[in-house]
Amino acid sequence: MHTTHSDNPITKERRDRFLARQSVIEMRARERARAILDPGSFRELLGPFDRLESPWLPLQGIVPESDDGVIVARGLLAGKPAVIMAIEGAFQGGGMGEVSASKIAAALALARGDCERGKPILPVLLLETGGVRLQEANLGEAAVAEIHAEIVALRPLVPVIGVITGMIGCFGGMSIAAGLCSYLVMFRQARLELNGPEVIEQEAGIDELNASDKHLIWGLLGGEQRYETSFADALIEDDVTELRQVIQAQAARGVPARHRSEQVEEYRRRLASIDPADPPDSLALRRIWPKGEMP
Amino acid sequence: METMNFEYDARGPLTRRAHVGVVGSGDLEVLIEPSDKPTAQVRVRTSVKGYTQVWKAVLDRFFGRFERAAKVEINDFGATPGTVTLRLEQAAEEVRS
Repeated sequence: MHTTHSDNPITKERRDRFLARQSVIEMRARERARAILDPGSFRELLGPFDRLESPWLPLQGIVPESDDGVIVARGLLAGKPAVIMAIEGAFQGGGMGEVSASKIAAALALARGDCERGKPILPVLLLETGGVRLQEANLGEAAVAEIHAEIVALRPLVPVIGVITGMIGCFGGMSIAAGLCSYLVMFRQARLELNGPEVIEQEAGIDELNASDKHLIWGLLGGEQRYETSFADALIEDDVTELRQVIQAQAARGVPARHRSEQVEEYRRRLASIDPADPPDSLALRRIWPKGEMP
Repeated sequence: METMNFEYDARGPLTRRAHVGVVGSGDLEVLIEPSDKPTAQVRVRTSVKGYTQVWKAVLDRFFGRFERAAKVEINDFGATPGTVTLRLEQAAEEVRS
C-alpha cells in the first residue's frame, strides 16, 4: 500500500487531473446534492422556507436550522431519476433529530412508492453524521430506526447507495444505516464505526483506544481500511466527477443477490478468526479479511 | 440562545426569496423573503448572548442601505460581525440577481 515518489512520478497528466478535481468535502450538503445531480435538475423537498425545523432544540437553548440539517433533493443523475438525501455535517455534527431523520425516512418511503409503481428512482444517502442528536434522544432513535426499516424495504426494488465523504464520518445508528445500504462508497478521509473513537476512549480509557492517534484511528475505521476489508464497495478520491461516476457504476450493478447485512454467518466466521486478546494490526487485518472476499 | 427582533423602513418591494449559509460553528443562515408589510422585519436567533448592541449596529448599517420590504430570519451559531455582513450581502445579491 505504501508508494514512493519513484513509484508514482508526478506526471503532467496526474498533475492536471489533481488540479481539475472539485472537492466534495469542502462543499456544504446542499451544494453536494446539487453537484451530484445533473445541472438544472435539482429540486428540493421540504427546503428551508418550509421551516420544518427541530421543535426540541430551541427548548434547550440551541439555535435550530431551517432544514434541520438534512437536504432532500430530487433530480436526474445522468438523465435518470435520483433522490439525494444529504446530511449537513456542519449543523450539530450531522446529528440526527426527529425531523431530520424523518425527512430521510419519508424520502426513502416516497422512493419505494415510485419503484412499486414502476417508476424507478435511485436513492443516494450522503452520510455525514455522529449519529443520533443527543438532545432529541429517543425521538431521534425512533426516527433513525424508521430509516433502517425503509432502507430494508426499498433495497429489494432498487440498489440503495450510501456515500461517506468525511470529514466527520458516519457513526452511531447511522452507521447501521450505512451497513444496510446495497453499496457503500467511501472517501479516504471518511470513517465508519458504530461507536466513535472519542466515545470509546471516554468509556473504556486511553489504554483501550487513543482517539487522538489519527494513524491508529484511520487504520481501524478509515475509508481505505473499510474498503480493503470489504466493508465498503468503492474507495474514491475527493472529487465530484469521480463521485458521480462511481454512484452510477454501483447503481449499474443492480440489486445484490444478498445484501451485506444478510451475510450473518460469513461475518460470524470473520469474527471467530480474530483473537480479541491478541488483535491484529490494520495491515494484518487486511490479510485475514481480504477485500472482495464477501459475495 | 437569545432571540432579537428588529424592524426597518422599506422603500420598495422584494420579488424573490433566498437562503444562504448554514448554522455551523462561526457561521449563520439567512432566510430572506418578500413581506406584505412595508418594512423589513428581522428576527435573530443567536447562540451567543449579550451582543444586542453589536447586532443592532450591523443590521442598522445593512438595512439602512437595503430598504426592501422583507421578512428576514437569521439563525446564528457564533458568527463574527464581518461574517454576518457578508452573509447578508450574499442573500441580497441572490434576491437581486
